[in-house]
Amino acid sequence: MDAPLLAIRDLHLTMSSFDGEAHVLNGIELTVRRGEIWGLVGESGCGKSLTGLSISRLLPSPPARYLRGEIRFEGRDMLKLPISAVVALRGKKIGMIFQDPTTNLNPAYRIGEQLVDVALAAASHDPTILDCPPRAGRRERKRAARRLAAAMLDRVGIPNPEARLDNYPHEFSGGMRQRVLIAMALIGRPDLLIADEPTTALDVSVQAQILKLLKGTVADHDIGVILITHNLGVVAQTCTNVAVMYAGNIVESGPVAEVIERPAHPYTRALMAAIPTKETRRGALQGLGGTVPNLIAPPPGCRFAPRCPLTIPACTRALPPAVDIGAGHTAACIRVEEERAAVHA
Amino acid sequence: MPEPILVIDNVSKVYPGRRGMFGRSAEVQALKGISIAVDRGESFGLVGESGSGKTTLTRSILHLEQPTSGRILFEGRDLATLSGAELRRLRARVQIVFQDPYASLNPRMTVQDIVTEPMVVHQDVLGLGGRQRTERAAELLSLVGLGPQHLRRYPHEFSGGQRQRICIARALASGPELLLLDEPTSALDVSVQAQVLNLLCDLQDRLGLTYFFISHDLAVVRYLCSRVALIYRGELVEEGETGRIFDAPETEYAQMLIGAMPEISVPR
Repeated sequence: MDAPLLAIRDLHLTMSSFDGEAHVLNGIELTVRRGEIWGLVGESGCGKSLTGLSISRLLPSPPARYLRGEIRFEGRDMLKLPISAVVALRGKKIGMIFQDPTTNLNPAYRIGEQLVDVALAAASHDPTILDCPPRAGRRERKRAARRLAAAMLDRVGIPNPEARLDNYPHEFSGGMRQRVLIAMALIGRPDLLIADEPTTALDVSVQAQILKLLKGTVADHDIGVILITHNLGVVAQTCTNVAVMYAGNIVESGPVAEVIERPAHPYTRALMAAIPTKETRRGALQGLGGTVPNLIAPPPGCRFAPRCPLTIPACTRALPPAVDIGAGHTAACIRVEEERAAVHA
Repeated sequence: MPEPILVIDNVSKVYPGRRGMFGRSAEVQALKGISIAVDRGESFGLVGESGSGKTTLTRSILHLEQPTSGRILFEGRDLATLSGAELRRLRARVQIVFQDPYASLNPRMTVQDIVTEPMVVHQDVLGLGGRQRTERAAELLSLVGLGPQHLRRYPHEFSGGQRQRICIARALASGPELLLLDEPTSALDVSVQAQVLNLLCDLQDRLGLTYFFISHDLAVVRYLCSRVALIYRGELVEEGETGRIFDAPETEYAQMLIGAMPEISVPR
């Protein structure tokens, strides 16, 4: 098999705060290949966004400090590259989309100018994206960038893209702005797209369109995507693979059908039981008691143990390793084997 | 058949365009002839996307907005005909829980002050003295799964789910019959959302409350509500029993909306 697009190995990250160092990522392992859409799910504060931001080195240091581990993007360790080399990858090889489409566009510039800027910056890295002769002058390149910007807006489903380039962000609705941001993230033809809650602020009908667009992009361009979300429904409908995070650890990961249909970790099961489905009887929804632990002084052993219904004394002794349970499905729980045996018995 | 607790009768609302430097902008028709009847003790779900008029309708029920035409009746009485004093008394019986528990609690008030404030405002209806108010506040906190030990604390000391419980306790303080729930769980994590939804079910069973539940989260509405109305651009698109709407939506809009629901099952 070819080398993965992205390989995160044993990533440990701490953030310093007034109360001490919080161990916010505790040995993350994640491999993303081309054509895969990885969903990162979990409650607020479990490290999903920090994982995404770490890949493009967007966390200021201090307070962030990487204790150990590596983030290999196309074979190169992002943590060891000089920051100028990382900056050169952002917006070009690595595209990013964030949650709030209202604050990620500059209100003082027309949409077209902002897209052209990104296109020109990306073209300085890879001139082929503009599709104009190598010795083209500045004006010609700009015209080509504008053509590309219009083509991108068209691809993300914005009607009348030529005219829309001259609009300001406030003339677009929330869903349209998110499409503009997706167009902006894709304009540099990234190999990896990191989408951090791209549809959380949007209506379900718009969400469905954006997710479809995302899937289409992966199919057309064979890129890898990390989709950060707290919505397991979005993961089920969109992703090929999923990693469930809890308090800085990936507790379960695998192909999406495998994890959704046979969740192995008690945290994944609790998350799924908390979402009302068609069959849930009124009053029968299962909440998950307690809160995400304090990461400055995390509980010993398995970080989910204080909230877990299956805790035994051995759980608090050491952090459980990820156990391979077949078909690329892993779960970090010491009781996973006996639990599965019990289910299949 | 018993009289509905809340009747929204052909309500329309038009916001006049703003006069600005370049003349008057177009007027906005936020609600177009909406008619809904909510029965006592039921959970009625109002579903719509952003800009559909959910908030305008909710504000109209609280009489914070006056409809341009149409009537809103609470227990058969038209809100527009009530005097200021009558309206104030009525508000003790209609309360609201807002979406964002981080923005809807005054950070400088203790939980006790927050929960007893409606009792002070509605002193003439409730007639509670200082000590009774404190006792009632402690009762309300245990009702929503907190305790008297939380009375002296401030909102920042609580998590999002706990804050929403405080908001619910405050809404219950004046002894309402109708509770407007404006996206009460959309700012919360799923695990916490489940707890708050269970609390709402439990409170309704115990206190016989009527819920008017506003949401864009279809899964939550399907779980909690017995009847649903869908609104789109200020118009009522479809209304009916929850099961019927979700299993066999009639209008194209409802089919699209329900089709767009991200269900937790893997598509084949």
